[in-house]
Amino acid sequence: MLHFARRLKVQDNVNTDYVISGRYKFKIQDPKELARHIFEDIDPNFAARVTKGDILVAGENFGCGSSREQAPQALIQAGFHAVVAKSFARIFYRNAFNLGLLLVECNTDFIDDGDELEVDIETGKLKNKGKGLILDIKPIPPVMKKLLADGGVVEHFRKHGGFDFG
Amino acid sequence: MGKTISEKILSEHSGEDLKSGDVAVCDVDFCFGQDGTSSIIIDSFKSLGVKFPFDKSKFSMIIDHSAPSPNLGVSAIHKKMRSFAKTFDVGLYDIGCGVCHQLVPQKGHITCGDLVLGADSHTCTYGAINVFSTGVGSTDLAITVASGKNWFRVPETIKIIVNGKLPRGVYSKDVILHIIKDMGANGATYKAVEFYGNAIAGLSVDARFTISNMAVEMGAKAGLMEADNKVLKWVLGRSRNIPKPVKADIDARYAEVRKYDIASLAPKVAKPHSVDNVADVGELADVKIDLAYVGTCTNGRLEDLEIAARILKGKAIHPDVKFIIAPASREIYLEAARKGLVEIFIKAGSSVVGPGCGPCVGTHNGVLADGEVAISTANRNFKGRMGNPNSFIYLASPATVTASAIKGRIADPREFKKRL
Repeated sequence: MLHFARRLKVQDNVNTDYVISGRYKFKIQDPKELARHIFEDIDPNFAARVTKGDILVAGENFGCGSSREQAPQALIQAGFHAVVAKSFARIFYRNAFNLGLLLVECNTDFIDDGDELEVDIETGKLKNKGKGLILDIKPIPPVMKKLLADGGVVEHFRKHGGFDFG
Repeated sequence: MGKTISEKILSEHSGEDLKSGDVAVCDVDFCFGQDGTSSIIIDSFKSLGVKFPFDKSKFSMIIDHSAPSPNLGVSAIHKKMRSFAKTFDVGLYDIGCGVCHQLVPQKGHITCGDLVLGADSHTCTYGAINVFSTGVGSTDLAITVASGKNWFRVPETIKIIVNGKLPRGVYSKDVILHIIKDMGANGATYKAVEFYGNAIAGLSVDARFTISNMAVEMGAKAGLMEADNKVLKWVLGRSRNIPKPVKADIDARYAEVRKYDIASLAPKVAKPHSVDNVADVGELADVKIDLAYVGTCTNGRLEDLEIAARILKGKAIHPDVKFIIAPASREIYLEAARKGLVEIFIKAGSSVVGPGCGPCVGTHNGVLADGEVAISTANRNFKGRMGNPNSFIYLASPATVTASAIKGRIADPREFKKRL
């Protein structure tokens, strides 16, 4: 599958209220319905531009604020393959890997909306194919790799009967 | 090499000798969810293939964010929580009980030295009573409900020393806004913070909760303080669990040490739309307000209501302002009524709503209209936080919010000098 960059207008400190507003998350339990409202308060037309396999591109401290798991849940449901940002807030970071959503930390200054991207977590590289650039990504911690490999923390827990990071 | 408070508490709960950067599975003493996060906790718990909670006395759910329910969607979530609580015989604090971050310590679920998880980002509040507590998502929380454990990466720690006597009209809320401005919204991400200094020692436990509560607004995983006699007295008066106070070693290693002198601090206000966008109150004197709100897990405690009542007594709210007050728990509400505070609020023209999160998260109890401006004692002023992306939220202390409610504009509480 091809992956294209979807860059947010607001780059730094994009909080989980912005990913999915409390107006929706408190009353809607269906992730598909939530996915239609992502980033509505900061970029009302954003959700309509996302297609399956896209990679969300942001700046520093993406996912700060509220612990709402509806944030990564709605991003997965919207079709995102991964999120690439300069850094992530810690609760969002755990929530995303728990649900099997790949987060990649690297310099996002040279990624424009619509660029074709390819992420390889084994070699630690992000290719911006459109621009012919290869960027280094921050190594993904072994625990997170294990959770991703198992398909999220629920599957990890079921498979091993608890945590198994050995 | 000595250890920080985080290194000690996480070592104690894992049975391993941990230092910052290590990853370990730890036993969790208590965990909880609220009505914004519990629906997914319940779904995730059911998907884990476990029949019962690991220890039903170590898990509770709290209905506080949208309570009482404002619509059908929320009603369905509340019903699901009540039904789960009944089926598995776990604790449920229903509407009217109060805000999770007041109830968890007030009801005695936790004590000094504990390790606590909450499916709410402001779980870091209990650092004020020497508890390593942090927010996680719903699925992480469900795993702890099922197993009594979770995995932790031991954080590096930033030591923050706050010295000086607080000037009149300046409160712990102003101190933490000042620190967040300096650190930035990303200044402590992945790290724990330990607060020290004679300014912290001089604060009541209520006022300390305000500081630890907002540690997450600079990205911190925990906002820890030592347990002094005030804390021990507070905890022993509420919990039957034996406190296990944890101090950092003298030679503990810190990522950074920062010092603040607050002796000449002015009241602070966080401007729209981020918590680190902080100014002195005097710079905002021409900002007119439509709504003032005293409450939340940051500033809805008895001491906060007393500060508001002292300023408000015998006065009237500005005719263009709606003033909403939400006590953080039923017990606080009752005490405020007994002390005559509620009468002062009502006579002045304010709306005292039920214990809970009030209008903080924008689902009920005072959603803003387009273009409206609020000043609130809450901890977040993100665009749309109070239900409308076309509104503006300022954050301040209960004194500044109350002074503003009377003046109809952002006002310096020191304008009411004799009442502070």
